[in-house]
Amino acid sequence: MQDKIRVLIAKPGLDGHDRGAKVVARALRDAGMEVIYTGLRQTPEMIAEAALQEDVDVVGLSILSGAHMALAPRVLELLEANGQEDVQVFLGGIIPDEDIPKLQKLGVGGIYGPGTSTQDIVKDIREVLQ
Amino acid sequence: MSVIEDILAGDRLALARTLSEIENDTPEGQRALDELFPHTGQARLIGVTGAPGTGKSTLVNRLAYLYRHPPAGVESKSVGIVAVDPSSPFSGGAVLGDRVRMRDLAGDPGVFVRSMASRGSLGGLARTTSDLVQVLDAAGYEIIIIETVGAGQAEVDIARLAHTTIVIEAPGLGDDIQAIKAGILEIADILVVNKADRLGAENTTRALRGMLELAKPGKRFPQHHAPVMALRPPPDLGEGEENGWEPPIVQTVATTGTGISQLEEEIARHQKYLHKSGDLIHKEKIRLKTKMDDLLQYSLVSRWRESITREIYKTTLDKLVARKISPQEAVRVLMNGGNL
Repeated sequence: MQDKIRVLIAKPGLDGHDRGAKVVARALRDAGMEVIYTGLRQTPEMIAEAALQEDVDVVGLSILSGAHMALAPRVLELLEANGQEDVQVFLGGIIPDEDIPKLQKLGVGGIYGPGTSTQDIVKDIREVLQ
Repeated sequence: MSVIEDILAGDRLALARTLSEIENDTPEGQRALDELFPHTGQARLIGVTGAPGTGKSTLVNRLAYLYRHPPAGVESKSVGIVAVDPSSPFSGGAVLGDRVRMRDLAGDPGVFVRSMASRGSLGGLARTTSDLVQVLDAAGYEIIIIETVGAGQAEVDIARLAHTTIVIEAPGLGDDIQAIKAGILEIADILVVNKADRLGAENTTRALRGMLELAKPGKRFPQHHAPVMALRPPPDLGEGEENGWEPPIVQTVATTGTGISQLEEEIARHQKYLHKSGDLIHKEKIRLKTKMDDLLQYSLVSRWRESITREIYKTTLDKLVARKISPQEAVRVLMNGGNL
């Protein structure tokens, strides 16, 4: 049996809009992945801890608050500190164009704004894990 | 250090990775199970089951929190949690949402929460849930709480795994006929009426109490794939427990924590009862027998699958669908290497 892809979908920070996160979680489920959903208002520490306990392959962050330049690097840092540098971090939400290269340089994989097709996210996850 | 030594020393990453290996049925996972088995048998296993939305995860969160932060004078215990949610029968994927209710436990190194998908199993647990529990046991977690998928009437596997099974009901889910049906209510060592602040909680409690009074409590152990049956006469216990264990009913409001300490007291009382009556040894025996039988079945099916080609399987299935042979004949053909 092929190993199941496990994905953590997390909402760090204080914005309360989790519709996007839920849509992505549902799409990944329909693509046969096991999605652990953490709910709203998670700290980077909580996310890294969940990623560790659940031994996920991918962490998907949904951030609509504008705090992505603070939150995403912190999650990457904590994952690495826990020995999970191989975990892929994806980001969805409202991310200004000028921040995208900076985030990519830090190691964030796919970055998805409004209007992204969920099929693209599924495809990217499968590709990056091959 | 080997992975096994890492797990025994409390390395959480090694633990998490090994749990995945076991879920995915890899040789590394199998080896870990073999090597960790001698270190098991210490933990107290608490099962929590009930219909979807009755508040299982919220209750588990509260209960685990209480074990971590007990009243003054009581020692806190480390807690492992295995929470099972269903896999999609269509895509095989799953959304595992039990952690959403367990945020009070975040940041506590004495807690380890693992979500798992049922991956096609129907009894309320995944095939490897008991294996994950075994690893958490070996890793030194003193209390292990197992949360089943939202269960209806027949998902009773949990009673064969847990020492103490808690069945959660909530007001408004059915009348007293539901309460006398066989299945999930029967496996309860402790019945919880959650959301007890809601209208109808008293009715639910009364219906459950009525059910318990109808049933003459006797000693019963859930059998594997067989009816529940009385096995031996109750031993002399004293303290009003001559008739075996009578499941208490506890009212809780898990969102606020009301009734949780009473629930914990009942769990402790049940654990004491298990020791005193000798039921614990018997339960362990049933648990290990179930495990062995399950593994045997799984291995036999795997071995059989290797012995038969896809073509033979497909041809036989086609014949069955065309109604040329009966399902029984089809199985005879398949068991016989393709010959009738």
